[in-house]
Amino acid sequence: MAQPVEYITRIADNYAKLGYKPYQWVSNSDTPPWTPLRKPLSQCRLGLVASGGIYAAGQVAFHFKDDVSFRAIPTTVRTSDLRTAHFAYDQTDARKDPNVVFPLAKLRRLVNEGVVGSLAENFFTFMGGVYSSRRVTEELAPRITESLLAEKVDVALLVPV
Amino acid sequence: MTLSMSSALDITRAGKPPRTAFLDYPLGHTTGKPNQPELQREILVQALEGFTSLTVPGSIKMLPFRWEDEDWKRTAMMDGDTRVERHDTPQYQTEDDRIRAEANTAACGSHC
Repeated sequence: MAQPVEYITRIADNYAKLGYKPYQWVSNSDTPPWTPLRKPLSQCRLGLVASGGIYAAGQVAFHFKDDVSFRAIPTTVRTSDLRTAHFAYDQTDARKDPNVVFPLAKLRRLVNEGVVGSLAENFFTFMGGVYSSRRVTEELAPRITESLLAEKVDVALLVPV
Repeated sequence: MTLSMSSALDITRAGKPPRTAFLDYPLGHTTGKPNQPELQREILVQALEGFTSLTVPGSIKMLPFRWEDEDWKRTAMMDGDTRVERHDTPQYQTEDDRIRAEANTAACGSHC
């Protein structure tokens, strides 16, 4: 089985067995908006948005009922202060080493090595297990976008789970 | 100017982000394996190259890393989202987290 897992098929089959209507995945047929990178990554300020339900100790954790809130995590945070709250993936390894869903420490290292110019002051996280794509589009995404723009990043890395 | 990581190729193809770096690992390992910093660094460096190398909108770069076996894929195909009842109370990783967060909320009151 060398092919990537087909999650859409798997979930469609499961929902059918459970008697649910098929889940309406976001499906974009248009060409995505696209801008070329105008300077080397080594001169860029990088932002990050992760959906693995990462929060920092001291912050309110995510709930699992279409939580459309997000967290701002300072990029100076210690890896040992990172936590996860999510229901749709096995969090065992993310809790051993948050870098597998929130690669902040590696990005700090890449800044030290000169591969990346600098990091935003805050990275943004949310709990991606939100069934309502409408609420993500109308409520969550615009607010995260606004926050990313306020960080004046040149590029943004998106890390889903 | 965004680059997405991904470990769910079919979902990414449906959503069509501008540029994607795909890592064929189990869910929950989007940027690597735990406590393997050199591997994590290499995954990230190869993914970040996508900012400059992916010039056709909607392109997906397949990162050349393999999980050591394919057994996890069999399980992934069988596990299901059972849509169990979910509650809107914060799900803390540890009890200490809950205490700290509630103390912070109490401390800042209406100014949170």
